[in-house]
Amino acid sequence: MATARKKARSAASASRESAVEPETLDRWFRDMLLLRRFEEKASQLYGMGLIGGFCHLYIGQEAVVTGVQHALEPGDSVITGYRCHAHMLIAGVPPREVMAELTGRAAGASQGKGGSMHLFAPERGFYGGHGIVGAQVPLGVGLGFAHKYRDSDQVSVTYFGDGAANQGQVFEAFNMAALWQLPVLFVIENNQYAMGTSVERSAAVHELHERGRAFGIPGGRVDGMDVAAVFRATEDALADCRAGKGPFLLEAMTYRYRGHSMSDPAKYRSREEVSKVREERDPIEQARQVLIEGGHADEDALKEIDREIRATVNDAADFAREAPEPEAEALGAHVLAGA
Amino acid sequence: MVQQTVREALRDAMAEEMRADPDVFLMGEEVAEYQGAYKVSQGLLDEFGAGRVIDTPITEAGFAGIGVGAAMGGLKPIVEFMTFNFAMQAMDHLINSAAKTLYMSGGLLPVPVVFRGPNGAAARVAAQHSQCYASWFAHVPGWRVIAPYSAADAKGLLKAAIRDPNPVVFLENELLYGQSFEVPEDGDHLVPIGKAAVVRPGSDATVAAFSIMVGKALEAADALAADGIEVEVVDLRSLRPLDGDAVLASVEKTNRLVTVEEGWPVAGIGAELAALVMERGFDQLDAPVVRVTGADVPMPYAAALEAVSLPSAATIADAVRRVCYRS
Repeated sequence: MATARKKARSAASASRESAVEPETLDRWFRDMLLLRRFEEKASQLYGMGLIGGFCHLYIGQEAVVTGVQHALEPGDSVITGYRCHAHMLIAGVPPREVMAELTGRAAGASQGKGGSMHLFAPERGFYGGHGIVGAQVPLGVGLGFAHKYRDSDQVSVTYFGDGAANQGQVFEAFNMAALWQLPVLFVIENNQYAMGTSVERSAAVHELHERGRAFGIPGGRVDGMDVAAVFRATEDALADCRAGKGPFLLEAMTYRYRGHSMSDPAKYRSREEVSKVREERDPIEQARQVLIEGGHADEDALKEIDREIRATVNDAADFAREAPEPEAEALGAHVLAGA
Repeated sequence: MVQQTVREALRDAMAEEMRADPDVFLMGEEVAEYQGAYKVSQGLLDEFGAGRVIDTPITEAGFAGIGVGAAMGGLKPIVEFMTFNFAMQAMDHLINSAAKTLYMSGGLLPVPVVFRGPNGAAARVAAQHSQCYASWFAHVPGWRVIAPYSAADAKGLLKAAIRDPNPVVFLENELLYGQSFEVPEDGDHLVPIGKAAVVRPGSDATVAAFSIMVGKALEAADALAADGIEVEVVDLRSLRPLDGDAVLASVEKTNRLVTVEEGWPVAGIGAELAALVMERGFDQLDAPVVRVTGADVPMPYAAALEAVSLPSAATIADAVRRVCYRS
C-alpha cells in the first residue's frame, strides 16, 4: 500500500506531463462543465425562490468527482454528504431529475421528499446524499462491508469534507474499515473551509490524509483541481482496494468558490483569495488549456460544447419549474417499505 | 410446544433466519466469541462462522452506521446493542440514517436492519444502565418498534423483524432472558408486527402493558381476582405501529384502562394510549385512564429506592382499584 501512497502523491506532478487521450479529456471537460453550469443555474433558481432551504453548491470542486468517477467500475458504490448535486450528475442521473428535486417536484429524483441534500440513485451505485456531517462515513464503510461480504471486488467510495474529518464517528469507521480490511476508498474533499472555519482553525494537524495512520490506513494527497491527477490517484488507490489491501485515504485539495450554502456570504475569507484560485487553479480552465494547447480543440469547438451544455441545463431548469409539485396524497407514501 | 427461555427463543429466531437467508448476519459487541454479553447468541459463531457473526469494537455510532450502510447495500444486518442505553451513542444513525432514508429517497433506498438488545431497568445498575427507551423510539416514523414479553412472541416477532424490509427496533429485557415459556416447535413460527394480544381475558378493567410489565400486570390480575375484580391484560407487543384497535376493543368491554410502563411518565406510551382512548373511545370510559409508570427520576442505585421507582404488581393493582372506584 506504500506504493499506492507514493503514486497518489506523485500523480499530481506527473499528470501535466503524461498524455491523456484527447477523447478522455474532452469527456472530462464536458462533465466538469455540466456540473458547473448546473450549479450556476441552481444558484439562479435559488435566487428566484424556486429552490428552498439549504443549497450547497459544488462550483470549484468539479475535478474531484469527475476524476474519481471515471476511475470507477460498474458495481462500485459511492456515498457522500449534503453537497451532492455533482455526485448525482456524474453518476449519470438526468439533470432534469436532479433539478426537479431541488425545486421539490414529484418528478424529482426523490419525488420531492429529499431536496438538495438527500439525492439517491442506488441503481447507479450512488447511495446519497446525507445531511448529517460525517454520518456518511460509517454508512460508506457499511457499503464496503457488503461488497466484501459478497466476495465481490467492488469498492465503496466514501466522500467527506475537511469539516466531517473531525467527527468522532469517522475515526470509529476508519478503525473497523482497517480492522476488517474492507474495500473502502475514503476521499476527503478538502475545500479548506468547514462552513466558515478554516482547516487551520479546526484541525490540529492540517495533513488530513495522515489521519488514517493511527489505524494503518495509507493515505495520499492530490491536487483536487487537476482532473487527470485525481483520476490517476484514484485508479491507483482503487487497485489496492480491489486487491484486498483494505482502505485508502485520498485527500483532494480543492476549493469552493461560493459560500458554504446559498445563505453564506463567505466573509471569513478575502475576495482576493477566491479570485486567485479561480484565476490560477480553476479545474475547467486547466482542462480547456490542455485541450487547446494540445491542438485537440479550438475555441469555437469548446464554445459549442458550452452552448450544448447550457441548453441541457436550461432544459432541466425549465422542466424543474414546470413539473407539478407532489400531490398531498404523496405525504404518507414511502414512510415504510411494503406497507 | 416446547419450554424455552426468552434467551433461547431469540437465539433460535436468529439461527433459523440465518439458515434461511445468507444475507442475514449478526454484529455487535461480544456477540461471537463471548457468545453474547447475555449469551443470547450462544452457538451462532460455531454454526455460521466469523463472517456472519461479527464481534465489533466498543464503537456504537460506528458499528450502527456500518450496519445501516450494509443494509443500504442489500444485506440484512442484525445489530445487537449490549443494552439500549449504549444505543444513545448511535441515535443519529438509528433515526437520521435508518428510519428516514426510505422516505427521503422517495422510496429508492430501503434499510432492512434490526437493532436489538435489552431495554429498560436491569437490577441495581443505576441511572445510566436502567432506562426504558420505548417512547423515544415509538415517537419516530419510518420504522417498527417491538417489545415482546413471552418467549413465543420474542421468537415469532424477531423472525418477522428480520424478514421485514424496514428498520426495526427490537426491545428485549435482561430480566426476562432467563424466564421460560411455551414456544411452538414450528420453524416458521411468525408473529405479525403491529398486533397486540389479550393474554388474560377479563371484564372489569383493561391493563395495557408491554415487555416485562406484562408479567407484573398478570400478577396484579391474579391478586385482584381474589377480590372479585376481573382484569383483562393486553400485551401490546408492538409499540409502532401501536395496536389501537385491540386496546379500544378491550376498553369497549371493560370501560376502564390502566397503562403500565417502566419508562418515565412524560410523553410516554401511557400518555399516547390515554390520548388514543380519549380521541377514539371517550364514550366508552367509565373512569379516567390511569397511568402506572416509572418514577420521574433517574434510576437510583439503592435497593429500597430502586424498588419504589418501578411499577410493581401492587402499584398496578392499586391503579386498577382506582379506575374501578374500589380503592
